[in-house]
Amino acid sequence: MEQRRLFKGKRTRTPVGDAIVRLSGVSKRYAGGTLALNDVSFEVRAGEFFSLLGPSGCGKTTLLRILAGFEEPDSGRVEIAGADARGLPPYRRPVNMVFQNYALFPHMNVFANVAFGLRMKQVPEDELRQRVAWALELVDIEQLAQRRPHELSGGQRQRVALARALVNEPEVLLLDEPLGALDYKLRKQLQVELMNLQEELGITFVYVTHDQEEALVMSDRIAVMRAGRIEQLDFPEAIYERPATAFVAQFLGTSNLIQAAYAGERLLQTPLGKLRVARPVKIGERYLISIRPEKIRLSREPIHHENTVRVRVDDIIYTGAENQYLLEAAGTELVAYTLNSDIQEPGFEEFDYDEYVYAHLPAENLVVIDEPA
Amino acid sequence: MNRPSWRRLLATVTPGAFWLVVFSLLPTLLILYASFLQRGPHGWLSGPLTLANYARFFGISSSGFDPLYLNILGRSFLLGVVTTVAVVLLGYPFAFFIARSRHKNLLLLLVVLPFWTNFLIRVYAWIVIFQRRGVLNALLSYLHLPTLHLYPSWTAVYVGTIYTYLPFLILPLYASVEKVDWTLLEAAYDLGAGRVRGFWHAVFPQTLPGLVAGLLLVFIPALGTFVISDLLGAGKAILIGNVIQQQFGGSRDWAFGSAAAFVLMALVLLGLWLYARRAGENGMGELL
Repeated sequence: MEQRRLFKGKRTRTPVGDAIVRLSGVSKRYAGGTLALNDVSFEVRAGEFFSLLGPSGCGKTTLLRILAGFEEPDSGRVEIAGADARGLPPYRRPVNMVFQNYALFPHMNVFANVAFGLRMKQVPEDELRQRVAWALELVDIEQLAQRRPHELSGGQRQRVALARALVNEPEVLLLDEPLGALDYKLRKQLQVELMNLQEELGITFVYVTHDQEEALVMSDRIAVMRAGRIEQLDFPEAIYERPATAFVAQFLGTSNLIQAAYAGERLLQTPLGKLRVARPVKIGERYLISIRPEKIRLSREPIHHENTVRVRVDDIIYTGAENQYLLEAAGTELVAYTLNSDIQEPGFEEFDYDEYVYAHLPAENLVVIDEPA
Repeated sequence: MNRPSWRRLLATVTPGAFWLVVFSLLPTLLILYASFLQRGPHGWLSGPLTLANYARFFGISSSGFDPLYLNILGRSFLLGVVTTVAVVLLGYPFAFFIARSRHKNLLLLLVVLPFWTNFLIRVYAWIVIFQRRGVLNALLSYLHLPTLHLYPSWTAVYVGTIYTYLPFLILPLYASVEKVDWTLLEAAYDLGAGRVRGFWHAVFPQTLPGLVAGLLLVFIPALGTFVISDLLGAGKAILIGNVIQQQFGGSRDWAFGSAAAFVLMALVLLGLWLYARRAGENGMGELL
């Protein structure tokens, strides 16, 4: 049972619904002159868990605030649930937000906080009590109804914030780094609960985070943002396995980036020698090759002829589940991970400092990025 | 508790306790005692103990009921309430204006600036403005408008009092407004509150601590004011503060002055106690 609370996969990652949020050509410049959003267009489908992922200052929070109605875009069109959102104040939008610092009303108890949205809509008292009770039960905090926010732990406040938003049954729930302030274990647990909730209620989530693991685990689709633009929008697996830009390759997980130039139809010249790649490349073009550390195969003896480089073990980090090797060849550094499983094939066992080994970079694992460094 | 922490407790509590006992508790008890004494032959206090001062204040005598001092007390309350309301109407928006302005420090300086000039001089300045051939009338006749006779008058007393106590509301209120968490307002908007309800439910409660502190700092001294009424009313605007001052000054009836002062203090304390009880019931205690 303990494992179940921390372990949750996505059974389906194929959002089927129609577009519920539609942005086209949205730009926003702040008074200081910074371009927070630069011509952003995308669609979120109904029932989808959609993440906006990027470093701080990339515009993801601005985008969320535009959806909530706290900011107006300078140009471009925003549609929520089929209606143009231009000029629509936050209190007339079918969305609710879970704020980064929870923004609970300190002078109201948990019940009053959760009931606030329904009170504003003048929902009859009977129905209000029922719906608040439903929302409190949904996030498992019925027993805290009479507490004040300052009497709650961070995780409990998070649940109250969630209940306060969900009780209004929004078309789209906006979440601004909701788990950012919590410790690792609690974060994992709440990730699972959020995913369960989202599946159960079928509400569209737009989730802002800078935590790439969180985005990979929870999302149906991820938009990776950088400097006011969307760098890549795809399924988590696609973003991790086939990063479209060097930025995406490095922001999600660790990546080895190797400079490369045309050397043949599916052949690139690199500092590590010629590497065969899976897709055709163009004459005269320069590229970057990205390969994930866990996709590099290390061995004492060369097993393959192609795409195999003789490297020196420069440093080793033991992390428990795996060994991480810093490798060096011809002035280029590579990082490779090997699993610490008991059953080790001959030639794939652990390596020592300064040992020379063979690194095999399988062609199907080399991602060619059309972007010279 | 072990010995070192006892010593530390003693060291931290003693100076404050000493101060309160010597400069607050003892004088109050002395006034309470004096209020039951009588005016002696040379204007000094003498025994025996009597309730006559209180009877006189509440207008109870063998010849019937005379509400002279109760009227004066009522007038003082009116001045206190009107001043407080006016100061809130002027100061509440202004505190927000300062907190959200780019010239915060300059505006705060302007609020504090009057304190650099002596209080009496500032009150006299109002005489210069309001008197028959004063600044205001000069301006009005220049504009071909009818002139006003505002000095001496109750209007002048009210204006002077409001002017004097405005900063005492703005400063503590500003301290609260500065700390307002505006994301709460966004949360309220997000949950369907419009501008008015959003402000009322999300922002106003956050300003309560500063507002209450400001109200007390304005209402209590305004209630006991006597210099402003004395100067701008030219001795004809009599408030409870003037009564008390006269007893300790010209009339030399310290016993009656003590009784009047004690009634005033008791009313203020009663008001505070009622407020604190109500605040406690509503669970606003931790806000204050």
